[in-house]
Amino acid sequence: MAEEIILLDFWPSMFGMKVRIALAEKGLKYERKEEDLLNKSPLLLEMNPIHKKVPVLIHNGKPICESQIIVQYIDEVWKDKSPLLPSDPYERAKARFWADYIDKKLHLLGGKLWRTKGEEQEASKKEYLECLKLLEEELGDKPYFGGENFGFVDLTLMPYFSWLHVFEIATNFSVEVERPKLITWSKRCMERDSVSTSLPDHQKLYDFFLQLKKWHGIE
Amino acid sequence: MGEEVKLFRTWSSPFALRIVWALKIKGIEYETVFEDLSNKSPLLLQYNPVHKKVPILVHNGRPIAESLVILEYIDETWKQGPLLPKDPYERAMARFWAKFGDDKVLTSIWSVFIKQGKEQEEALVATMENLKFLEEEMKGKKFFGGERIGYVDLALGCLANLISIFEEIVGLKIVDEEKLPLFYSWMQNFAEAPIIRDNWPPRDKMIVKFQALLDAAIASSSSS
Repeated sequence: MAEEIILLDFWPSMFGMKVRIALAEKGLKYERKEEDLLNKSPLLLEMNPIHKKVPVLIHNGKPICESQIIVQYIDEVWKDKSPLLPSDPYERAKARFWADYIDKKLHLLGGKLWRTKGEEQEASKKEYLECLKLLEEELGDKPYFGGENFGFVDLTLMPYFSWLHVFEIATNFSVEVERPKLITWSKRCMERDSVSTSLPDHQKLYDFFLQLKKWHGIE
Repeated sequence: MGEEVKLFRTWSSPFALRIVWALKIKGIEYETVFEDLSNKSPLLLQYNPVHKKVPILVHNGRPIAESLVILEYIDETWKQGPLLPKDPYERAMARFWAKFGDDKVLTSIWSVFIKQGKEQEEALVATMENLKFLEEEMKGKKFFGGERIGYVDLALGCLANLISIFEEIVGLKIVDEEKLPLFYSWMQNFAEAPIIRDNWPPRDKMIVKFQALLDAAIASSSSS
C-alpha cells in the first residue's frame, strides 16, 4: 500500500527537528512543506485548527499534532525498524518522563535566555545549566539516554543543542566547559545521518536568531 | 509474583485522582501514602527528586512520576481494562486530547477561578473556546473513550467535580448545559460512574480549601 507522509514544518523549529530525526531514523520517505508562520497555509489551519502550529504529520490524509505525540505515533506505526522507545514499560516511562522534562524546562528557559538581560539573564543561564546537569547525571556513562541505542530522549534533546550553540554565542556562556559529557553525547548524536541531516546549519540558525531578536525588539 | 504498588498522593490532588481511578478500573491492589506538601517526606524527595511532586506510583520499589506518564505505565503493565485504544492513530488522538486538557482547558478554567475583572472575563472566553472543541469531540459518544471510560476521560475527569466547586465559590456559570449539552452530560455520566463516584474527595473540604486559595490570591493581588 502506498504511504503518503507529509510534514508541515518550519526549519528552525526544535519540535520540527525532532520529527525529522524520527522519520529519518525509520528511513521513511516524506514530503516536507515549509510553513511561513506569519502567513499560515490553509492546509495547516485545516490540519491543526486548535493550535495552528507546526509540526503536523499528515499520514495518508490524517493529521497528527504535537511533536511528542507524532514521534510516538511514528514509533508505533513503523515498529519493525529502529525502535525509538524501549520495550520495557518502566524504561518507557522513564523516557517519557525525561522527554517531558526537556520540553517543559529547556523550552521555557531557552526563551528566557535570549529575551532577558543582566541579572535576569544570569539567573536563567544558571537554571539552564542546572537542568543540563540533571540531564548529564541521567545520561551517566551510557552512550545514549536510551542506553546502547539512540532513542526518544536523545532525539528530544538534540534540537535544543542546535539552538544552544546560538545561545552560547549570544549570551556568552559555554556548555563545553560546564557540561563536557553532554557535549560528547551531542557529538556522538551528530555522527548519525538522521540527526545531521535534520538539524539546521549553525550559521543559518544564528542569522535567523538575529532576525528573531529584531522582530521582538531586543538588542 | 508479589506485586507491591504504592501511590503517593495528597487528599485533593486532581492529578493523583487519575491514578486512583486507573488502578481501581484495572482492579489493582495498592497502598496509599498521603503526603503533606508543606512537609514533604524523605521518601517523596527520594522518589521524585526532579519535581518533588505527587502523584508518584512506586511499583516493586521503582518510582514513576508525572500523572499521564503513570497512566501509560499502568496501561502497559496491567493489560485488563485497557485505557488507551489499540490503533496508533486513535492513541495519538487520545494523547492529543489529554495534553489539550492539561495545557489549555485546565489552565483557562483555573484562571476563571483565580483571576478577577478583565482577566477573568478573558479566561471565560478562552474556556468557552476550549470546551467547544471538547463538545465537538463528544459527538456520538457517551465517554471520550467511547462506551467505556478511557485515558482521555481520566485525564479530563477532575473537571467533572472541580467545575461545580469553582462555580459555587465564584458564583459564575462555567459550563452552561444549553451551550455545551454534550460536555455537560459527560460531566454527569463520568461523575456518577461507580468507580469514579466512590472516590471523589469530600466536597465540603474541597470548598474550604479552594475558598482559602482564592482568598489568598485576592489578598496578595490587592496588596501588591
